[in-house]
Amino acid sequence: MNSPGRDPQILEITANAAVVQARQLVRALAQECRLSLVEQTKLITAASELARNTLIYGGGGTMTAALVDERGRRGVRLVFADQGPGIPDTDLALTDGWTSGNGMGLGLSGSKRLVDDFVLDTAPGRGTTVTITKWAR
Amino acid sequence: MSDQVPVLRIGQVLLVSIQTDLDDQAVMLLQDDLAAAVVDSGAHGVVIDITAVEIVDSFVGRMLSTIASISRLLDAQTVVVGMRPAVAITLVELGLSLGGVRTALTLDKGLRLLEQARASSLGGGTSTSQGDAGDEGTAPDAAAGL
Repeated sequence: MNSPGRDPQILEITANAAVVQARQLVRALAQECRLSLVEQTKLITAASELARNTLIYGGGGTMTAALVDERGRRGVRLVFADQGPGIPDTDLALTDGWTSGNGMGLGLSGSKRLVDDFVLDTAPGRGTTVTITKWAR
Repeated sequence: MSDQVPVLRIGQVLLVSIQTDLDDQAVMLLQDDLAAAVVDSGAHGVVIDITAVEIVDSFVGRMLSTIASISRLLDAQTVVVGMRPAVAITLVELGLSLGGVRTALTLDKGLRLLEQARASSLGGGTSTSQGDAGDEGTAPDAAAGL
């Protein structure tokens, strides 16, 4: 599932500037993957939401970004991982408008709509990992 | 240190053109700067140009809504201009409708929208000499005359 001939890139998300860096890194990969402009925009926006979640709710973490090639499809896969408090109720966390902080509550639910694959792996005390993939059409 | 976005004044309108990928701190700074600039200048309109903005996430979207609300309380209208089609599509899918934010396709149309809004809020007929008078005394006078 790794990118052909290239290692995944890992970005530390520990400050506001890293959210900007995440967007830039994802933009470069999305262009390399030849996603359409709209698909690029959706993926970068989702990455921005999730990177911010990692920073604010997870207390910092990493984004691992790679081009993937599966069953003849090319895509961009992003993994956001933190060692934060985790999410007790994932159904609730994926509800539009629900937030544990002072955000708008669109980060998780909204980014899920913006990508093709969305996997949320979390438990209280175990941190949170969100894996998203956008496939080229 | 975050980038600071310049707030330009053209007549009774404040113009902000976002040209770089702003971090969250810079976005908050812009929100505060604009509120202060509206009061300091007595401007009746704020135009936020996002022609160069490649993505608007929920944080920036909220900033746009908040600026529109703050400006309204400070007697100024806000228009967001130049949104890219891909940004609009993404915002809707994200679940952000930017309610309460007026938009125009171009800067030119945005400025005209502000002029029209100002003319109608001042009541009919008196709007032509408004630009020459220049001081904010005319608006409260007109409002007080009812």
